[in-house]
Amino acid sequence: MSAAALIDVAGITKDYVTPGGVDVPVLHGIDLAIRRGEFVAIMGQSGSGKSTLMNILGCLDSPTAGRYVLTGNDVSALRDGQLAAVRNKTIGFVFQGFNLLKRMTALDNVALPLAYAGVSKREARRRARAQLERIGLGEFAGRLPNQLSGGQQQRVAIARALVMEPALVLADEPTGNLDTQTSNEIIDIFVKLNREQHMTVILVTHEPDIAARADRLVRLKDGVITYDGPAATGPSGARA
Amino acid sequence: MSFFQVLAEAFRAMGMNRLRTALTMLGMIIGVGAVVLMLAIGQGAQSKINASIASMGSNLFIVVPGSTSSSGVRFGFGNAQTLTVADANALGEVPSVATAAPVVLGQFQLVAGNNNWRTTVFGVTAAYFTLRSWDLETGDMFGDEELRTFARVAVIGQTIAANLFPDEDPLGKTIRIRNSPYTVVGMLTKKGQSLDGRDQDDGVFVPLPTARQQLMRSSFPGSVNMIMAQARTAAQMPEAEFEMAQLLRIRHRLREGQEDDFSLRNMTAIAETAAVAARAMSLMLGAIASISLLVGGIGIMNIMLVSVTERTREIGIRMALGARKRDILLQFLTEAVVQSVFGGALGVALGVGGGWAVAQLAEMPVEVTAMSIVVAFGFAAAIGIFFGFYPARKAALLRPVEALRYE
Ligand SMILES: Nc1ncnc2c1ncn2[C@@H]1O[C@H](COP(=O)(O)OP(=O)(O)OP(=O)(O)O)[C@@H](O)[C@H]1O
Ligand SMILES: [Mg+2]
Repeated sequence: MSAAALIDVAGITKDYVTPGGVDVPVLHGIDLAIRRGEFVAIMGQSGSGKSTLMNILGCLDSPTAGRYVLTGNDVSALRDGQLAAVRNKTIGFVFQGFNLLKRMTALDNVALPLAYAGVSKREARRRARAQLERIGLGEFAGRLPNQLSGGQQQRVAIARALVMEPALVLADEPTGNLDTQTSNEIIDIFVKLNREQHMTVILVTHEPDIAARADRLVRLKDGVITYDGPAATGPSGARA
Repeated sequence: MSFFQVLAEAFRAMGMNRLRTALTMLGMIIGVGAVVLMLAIGQGAQSKINASIASMGSNLFIVVPGSTSSSGVRFGFGNAQTLTVADANALGEVPSVATAAPVVLGQFQLVAGNNNWRTTVFGVTAAYFTLRSWDLETGDMFGDEELRTFARVAVIGQTIAANLFPDEDPLGKTIRIRNSPYTVVGMLTKKGQSLDGRDQDDGVFVPLPTARQQLMRSSFPGSVNMIMAQARTAAQMPEAEFEMAQLLRIRHRLREGQEDDFSLRNMTAIAETAAVAARAMSLMLGAIASISLLVGGIGIMNIMLVSVTERTREIGIRMALGARKRDILLQFLTEAVVQSVFGGALGVALGVGGGWAVAQLAEMPVEVTAMSIVVAFGFAAAIGIFFGFYPARKAALLRPVEALRYE
């Protein structure tokens, strides 16, 4: 299984150092392998370390110890420039707070990863527009983020995460700021991506209903995995 | 990201906060403007002094009568009538001296037709013009014949020509000095201002004997107001100075220990002092202006640091989307450089405009050199890079998670 894994995490720990100099262990040895095309939901109490793990998986942070192999490459061996390239090409990150650049239009936001990939401005705009249209926001391309609803903003952010056609989409509570109706629309996008394009999706959520739509559920508690199995069934499943 | 995209980003960021951008640039504008203007004023002063020095003649000495004392009462320089034509001739024989020219002078009212003009009339020999390397624009110089015959002829400076003979050729015209008619035989080339600020073209030159006899009416035989002397070479200046002083002391029968009754001035040394002073002034002006440029640079750094802090989250987002350290570095550096370069360009315009205004209003010589523009502009760009680098680096070294977490 390990050989075919998109993500292979072994013994990852993460300690934060507080400004007072105290070590706060947050992750205590995480082992996790995720294959291409999987749809994984991560659940756990607030403070259990979900975002910490997602940031490490997204190469936004580095683990204190342990090994993280992504698409066959040991991430800890990568230099800054290579990490940037991984974030750019391999990973699409969707945040709870959307994280759109305020002073850029939806189109320019979506085109930004392409710009960092060295795609010409013209081509970047063309592809960004196509991506926006696919997600149903073609008519909002010229809007600034503050001229869009929360759901629309998150869809722009998803378009931005997908525009480089990454191997992996990481979404940390993508619906945390949205109402149920809008949340469902957003989750539909991820489900559709996974089912139709076989995109690997890892999604953090507090909503059992949302987690139930994934194939696989990972439960975290105080920095350790307490459940790793099918999402919708069993006593420890999403609705447990 | 292509350079044009980075540039477009910089303009977008600057456009977001126009007032701040304008204020930042203002620091640069004033700094560069001040440097260009101050260098222009310094350069103008220097050029003016250099022109005066060049117009003076080279390796020059001026001898004027010294202070005399009669029964303990001392008079100022030039009051004594101790220098004579014979002294001048004797000085001319000193081996290290090329030429010595006796000069008498006085203020007179000139009349020509309906025009009149008050000026200095000089009684000179042809040697005077050689020594000052002063050529004629038109006409002829008076020579030995005119000196011998006490001829009433005059060679005039261009200011005289302009005031007494506007719109006509002065040659052959008559000027009345002390009610006697003098015929204009020549007009000199333009000399401009002397080191002490006199208009050297505002003067009339007549043969020395004529001036002595008809204008000055000097009672002391052969006395002159000053003697100009020229050393053969610059290297012989000290030698000439010493020998001329010795000769005059002997000729004036001064005893050992007795004060000189003349004053011998090395004009080249005076000129050099003036030139050094002008250079020093222009350096000082430039230095003072550079400080404002530095302050402008620090202003840019300050704003960039604020901007980096404010945009920490933006930096985190960009990094999450694949921006490399150098992309972030370049973005902030470009913003700093664009502001300083635009500020610099506007500053150059301000400096040039200010220079023009100063020249018009204060009637000061102002000379904006291409060099000063290039230097100020280059300095502005360098300051942008220098002071932009630290904040840009600070931004580039942010860790993605920390930047994203920043509120
Ligand atoms: N930069 C930090 N420095 C110190 N401690 C931190 C830092 N970031 C997170 N923590 C701590 O690490 C623990 C895990 O945080 P994390 O954000 O991963 O939790 P989470 O599971 O995502 O919670 P939530 O569901 O509320 O988003 C928390 O106890 C938190 O206080
Ligand atoms: Mg979290």
